[in-house]
Amino acid sequence: MDTESLMLSLELAAGSGQGLSPDRRAALLTSLLLVKRDYRYNRVLFWGRILGIVADYYIAQGLAEDQLAPRKTLYSLNCMEWSLLPPATEEMAAQVATVKGRFMGDPSHEYEQTEFQKMSSEGEKPFEEDVVVQVKEETRLVSVIDQIDKAVAIIPRGAFFKTPYGPVHVNRTFEGLPLSEAKKLSSYFHFREPVSLKNKTLLEKADLDPSLDFLDSLEYDIPKGSWSIQLERGNSLVVLRSLLWPGLTFFHTPRTRNHGYIYVGTGEKNMDLPFML
Amino acid sequence: MEDSTSLSQKKENQPLREAMLPREEGTAASPQDPRPQSSGPWEAEPAPDARPRPRSSCAQSPGSRGPAAGQGASSSPPPPLQLSSTLARQNLGAPRQPDGASSGVSDAGTALSDPLGPSTDEREWAHRSHSVEDTGPLAWQPNSSSKLCQPKELPSGSVQKEGWSCHKDPGQPESRACEASTSMLDIAVQNAKGYLFQASSKTGLNLYDHLSNMLTKILDERPENAVDIIENISQNVKMAHFSKKLDTFQNENEMLPTYDIAEGQKALFLQGHLEGVDQELEDEIVENSLPNIMESAFYFEQAGVGLSTDETYRIFLALKQLTDTHPIQRCRFWGKILGLEMNYIVAEVEIREGEDEEEVEEEDVVEAEERDNGQSDADREEEDELPKSLYRPSQVIPKEENRTGANKYVYFVCNEPGRPWVKLPSVKPAQIVTARKIKKFFTGQLDAPIISYPPFPGNESNYLRAQIARISAGTHVSPLGFYQFGEEEGEEEEEVESGRSSFEENPDFEGIQVLDLVESLSNWVHHVQHILPQGRCTWFNPTPKHEEEEEEDEEKEEPDYIEQEVGPPLLTPISEDSEIQNIPAWTTRLSSSLIPQYAIAVLRSNLWPGAYAFSTGKKFENFYIGWGCKYSVHNYSPPVPPPVYQEYSSGPEITEMDDPSVEEEQAFRAAQEATELAAQDSESEEDEDDDN
Repeated sequence: MDTESLMLSLELAAGSGQGLSPDRRAALLTSLLLVKRDYRYNRVLFWGRILGIVADYYIAQGLAEDQLAPRKTLYSLNCMEWSLLPPATEEMAAQVATVKGRFMGDPSHEYEQTEFQKMSSEGEKPFEEDVVVQVKEETRLVSVIDQIDKAVAIIPRGAFFKTPYGPVHVNRTFEGLPLSEAKKLSSYFHFREPVSLKNKTLLEKADLDPSLDFLDSLEYDIPKGSWSIQLERGNSLVVLRSLLWPGLTFFHTPRTRNHGYIYVGTGEKNMDLPFML
Repeated sequence: MEDSTSLSQKKENQPLREAMLPREEGTAASPQDPRPQSSGPWEAEPAPDARPRPRSSCAQSPGSRGPAAGQGASSSPPPPLQLSSTLARQNLGAPRQPDGASSGVSDAGTALSDPLGPSTDEREWAHRSHSVEDTGPLAWQPNSSSKLCQPKELPSGSVQKEGWSCHKDPGQPESRACEASTSMLDIAVQNAKGYLFQASSKTGLNLYDHLSNMLTKILDERPENAVDIIENISQNVKMAHFSKKLDTFQNENEMLPTYDIAEGQKALFLQGHLEGVDQELEDEIVENSLPNIMESAFYFEQAGVGLSTDETYRIFLALKQLTDTHPIQRCRFWGKILGLEMNYIVAEVEIREGEDEEEVEEEDVVEAEERDNGQSDADREEEDELPKSLYRPSQVIPKEENRTGANKYVYFVCNEPGRPWVKLPSVKPAQIVTARKIKKFFTGQLDAPIISYPPFPGNESNYLRAQIARISAGTHVSPLGFYQFGEEEGEEEEEVESGRSSFEENPDFEGIQVLDLVESLSNWVHHVQHILPQGRCTWFNPTPKHEEEEEEDEEKEEPDYIEQEVGPPLLTPISEDSEIQNIPAWTTRLSSSLIPQYAIAVLRSNLWPGAYAFSTGKKFENFYIGWGCKYSVHNYSPPVPPPVYQEYSSGPEITEMDDPSVEEEQAFRAAQEATELAAQDSESEEDEDDDN
């Protein structure tokens, strides 16, 4: 959620129950302003909170002018001092895939994973060895945030538009989704580089508006039904909650510009989703 | 203003216009500042610029309008038309005219100024054009080659129409004169204008109108960096064509559900004013069974948990409605369970004694059916001698009585404050046992079926009740010493086995330091009974009945003596809770590290994500908000179906044997032949012996 509308956004996203305490809110408003100035970001988003055993991580993201460019992620333990996280890589994802359980809350904590590694020396048969690999919690944090962003960060259709030169900008004439569109999954897009756009048939592509429909919509998410759309407050607020990453809440007031998402959760994917639906 | 000067110049240069002059002299009031020099010949002007409206452009600086003046006439006529007619009327009262208007008008006039004569004096043509504001549109009329010009311009504004009608007649002599001196440029301009007026074959719009609408919108709204978003504005203007006009009947359809909920919630707010008698108010305050939810919400907010303030207040009012309509001793806001389509707001309620509603006993019906089945089977057996099924369903464990164990409280749910409250049925042990084996999301409809393996005995309302029971048993905690066991003599011996089940508030509770509450988990205790694996809080022994029936039956696999299940007794500290893979079951936090003297202790459950408890030392409260599922590190895997039941005892008659292989058959045959030969030999020998 944008720092400019932080208070309102927190109020709207409070239906899921997890929010921020007043002292954290106050701290965020001041510190994120300073972050924006120091790092010269175009927009700063408060991404959410990952609950750890000992402490919680507060995550913020800074965006440049181009909304789809790689974002810088910062974390803090007390909402005041922010540290930049390294960008996520494939190796990190592979390392972190085996780590299970909760986050500890200590960035320097190391998870010990025993991995089977096939070592083959020259001429001999390959034999397996148990190698103890240590994964730092910071790496896990980076990778989890990246996964969540790629999987469930969403924006309503029309909030961003693509200029002919390439960069994606915030649409200043976005007036909000109409009520009839707000309840459809196809009105919401993933906030990441499109993956399945090319797979659409030509007929479908003909109906798209190239400046607005340049991202994947939520309609084709697998597993189907991994989003829960609800209209709260008697149709004046649309709330989408992800069931794949429980804790992610997206809210939007139809016919207004307010929209945003926040993740407050344990940072674990819900692998039991197919059983639970 | 240019009026007077332009008038004077007109007299000199345009004898043709004399018919118009008298009218315009009347309109021109007093000499005003001369119009600023326009920056260049109007042909060189840039592409269509914003045309200011008469009313909105009073503050325009003349300079800005200068270069804007004299632009291609192709885009200007309709607004200047409006301007001209309104200006004509305004001139009577206000001598001062907005410069912008004049510039706009000047553009209309410039087209005329050229045919009228090569007046290179910029001021001249500016003034002249202003003065010929009324003739401008008129001159266009005959000049424009395409007849589309007229009908298109008329619909652009009713004001224009009036302008047209006013000045039509006097303009005829002028137009003929203008026609006579049409220049190549004029023709080009008219052609361009005609092209712009072409209606699109697809949509029926034309570019001229669209551009003028767009520019009007931009000038009205004045967004920053308009050039960057010009495409979007254009799209929006086009879309605006299709928006429905505000119709009081049609609009309501879309928003109907909103209004329904709002009406329901309005009723909540008004219920207090139904009978405003002072005495009743006093009564209410005295027997307050409603807790102070706003206070608890405030404390939970310090912990970062909880719903928004207005939602909490609405829930508060809904609970009040609940207490007013039902005979309730005590009630508590238990929490909110999120669902796929709708959420549940749960209230934990203790009904006043003696007012329990009798629930329909479903178990009797089930048992009667079983008995019937048994009898029909027996009849069939006598006829067909079918093998008797040895399967006996395990005995149904009866549910606990109301007000005891898992059914200690009654739960009411509603989907949204303002909707009616629904009472959840009591929970049965079988439901709790099955609920432990499945993991499901709630949909929000109480009568939705639960499709799972093992099959859940009931629908969503039963599953919800079972989960609420499990969450309460697992996560309702209080500071040590807040509750104490009632001191009753003589009952201790009987209750040792089953554990104490009653407690009461400790009146001498002095509170525990917040820091102590945070540091050590042993300062918190469970105050809800643990649910045994059987599904109940108190052990129910199914064996006594079995002993009577099992005398004649064959050996059973079940042991005769079933161990009594024992759970941790009431009021055990939560430090005894089992860990989840090296993670403690509870996380404690101080709500604020910056101002510790007023901070509160917050407990967060790691086993049931979403369960919270806070304490200020003396006060405490529990709350749940979440999806209603337990946490497990490993993925859920459904239980394996049980092995196929052995119906027939194995014996040699029905034991399957392998078919003999080829070698075995040959060996057997060889052996048979050998014995036959041996028998034949022995027979032949006997015959020989007999013969002999």
